[in-house]
Amino acid sequence: MFNRLFRLSSYTAALLVLVILAGIFGVLYYYARDAIHDFGFWHFITTSTWEVGEDDEGGVFGGLIPILGTLFSTGIAMLFAVPIAMGIAVFLTEIATEKLKAPVGIAIELLAAIPSIIYGMWGLFYFGPMLQRLFGGQSNSLLTAGLVLGIMVIPFMAAISRDAINTTPAVLKESAYAMGATRFEVVKDVIFPYAKRGIIGSMVLSLGRALGETMAVAFVIGGVFRFPHSLTQPTISIPVLLANNFAEAGDLELSAMFYMALILFGISFITITIAKFFFLKDQK
Amino acid sequence: MNLAMETKEFYFTYAGAEAPTLKGIDMPIYANKVTALIGPSGCGKSTLLRSWNRIHDVYPGNRYEGEILLYDKEGNEENILSYSKEDELIRLRQRVGMIFQKPTPFPMSIYDNIAYGLRLAGIKNRSELDGRVEKALKGAAIWNEVKDRLKQSAMGLSGGQQQRLCIARAVALKPELLLFDEPTSALDPISTGAIEELVTELKEEVTIAIVTHNMQQASRVSDYTAFMYLGDLIEFGKTEKIFVNPKEKLTEEYITGRFG
Ligand SMILES: Nc1ncnc2c1ncn2[C@@H]1O[C@H](COP(=O)(O)OP(=O)(O)OP(=O)(O)O)[C@@H](O)[C@H]1O
Ligand SMILES: [Mg+2]
Repeated sequence: MFNRLFRLSSYTAALLVLVILAGIFGVLYYYARDAIHDFGFWHFITTSTWEVGEDDEGGVFGGLIPILGTLFSTGIAMLFAVPIAMGIAVFLTEIATEKLKAPVGIAIELLAAIPSIIYGMWGLFYFGPMLQRLFGGQSNSLLTAGLVLGIMVIPFMAAISRDAINTTPAVLKESAYAMGATRFEVVKDVIFPYAKRGIIGSMVLSLGRALGETMAVAFVIGGVFRFPHSLTQPTISIPVLLANNFAEAGDLELSAMFYMALILFGISFITITIAKFFFLKDQK
Repeated sequence: MNLAMETKEFYFTYAGAEAPTLKGIDMPIYANKVTALIGPSGCGKSTLLRSWNRIHDVYPGNRYEGEILLYDKEGNEENILSYSKEDELIRLRQRVGMIFQKPTPFPMSIYDNIAYGLRLAGIKNRSELDGRVEKALKGAAIWNEVKDRLKQSAMGLSGGQQQRLCIARAVALKPELLLFDEPTSALDPISTGAIEELVTELKEEVTIAIVTHNMQQASRVSDYTAFMYLGDLIEFGKTEKIFVNPKEKLTEEYITGRFG
């Protein structure tokens, strides 16, 4: 009796998740259909103008710039975050003494829990101007956005990778040491292959977070609809575009924004599916 | 009789522990003989065995005191506790191999499991690698079972085969001393028999020290036996002597199963 009730309620919950997912997709599609009809897919994602027509009616809307802004800022973030996060994870598991592990580990977890707006403010007032002094260009730029995003996901990625690395059995590592492996060889040949799925999972989840991040990026990317000819110039990303323009958008622009949201949804959905793929394979 | 290793006034303290776990161990290991370490759980057998290739150094903060002398074939000795550089420890671990309680194949092919240590040791030549891999697998009496599937993952082997693969992996490096920590405790009786036979064959080439909880195993495979209790070495001697006519009352009580 209890068993059946339990099964029924968990099935309902699982079904609800699917319904919500389909519902979100349906709503996005419904509101985006005018823009989809007017601009098509290829045309929309290869057009770099975002102009409202006369009297706030109609206009030409293309997603190229925010799509590039999102992909590039996320790409920079990952290029920056992956090596550092891996270094931290290896340090925490293989190199730090027991006394150091706990405080540094807790600090990493705390950093992972800081609201993203705080990273954004730090980037706006301190980190962006510093980058400008170093590399020239503008203080709010694609580079600043990418690096702030990278710094934001490092603790998250490091903490999950550390947990994955910690599942490597001690005897397996010891066997490699006992054959004359160096610490570096043990990390490269035993630990990474063993913890591979968890580590890749941490990267894909971080990627998903970076793709959808709004607050931190809104502060530092500049928010201008402009094609960035160098990394130190400002541009815009999909979530920032949505947050900035929603309030005063006309009908077609609103529809184009829902189209943008649909594309972001698609990009995130694909990355999470990849993450799922690795986690599922891990459980066999 | 030649010495392979000699442990003198040896104390070992784990990181953060107040008292030493091993308290003044003195014992020889004779070349081309099998030496068994026996004693109740927690007496320090694994701790002592793991000192002999300094695998304890993988974790920070452990402390060694005393001397552990490793002899080469010409009788030259080196105190392995004086090593401090990573290359010295690597060289030591190539000379003193180790087999663990549970089989620990690496997540790679059977061939690569054996070739891994050889490659680390700098052997890159394909035909030399092939030769050494085959010889090691034959030496560990597993060649016939795996020769047609060398490229397959080692994870697909049975527990007993995996353990022989681990022995082959260690043997491939041509060590002088092989340390076994309860190598059959996770295996069935048939696999156990195969490993015991292998140990007896291997001693032609290499000196062996083996930790075991199984008294029959100690008496079957070993030439010398050391009985440990609470971090002390109580008695060391020829295996027949220890089992038939021990000097110490404690040894006799343990062997006859009155505690442990
Ligand atoms: N990493 C460690 N840190 C602190 N103390 C340890 C550690 N490993 C083992 N000890 C302690 O050292 C003592 C000896 O342990 P050891 O593993 O050498 O015993 P053993 O004789 O091999 O026992 P068993 O037969 O159960 O394997 C035990 O009291 C154990 O609690
Ligand atoms: Mg033990």
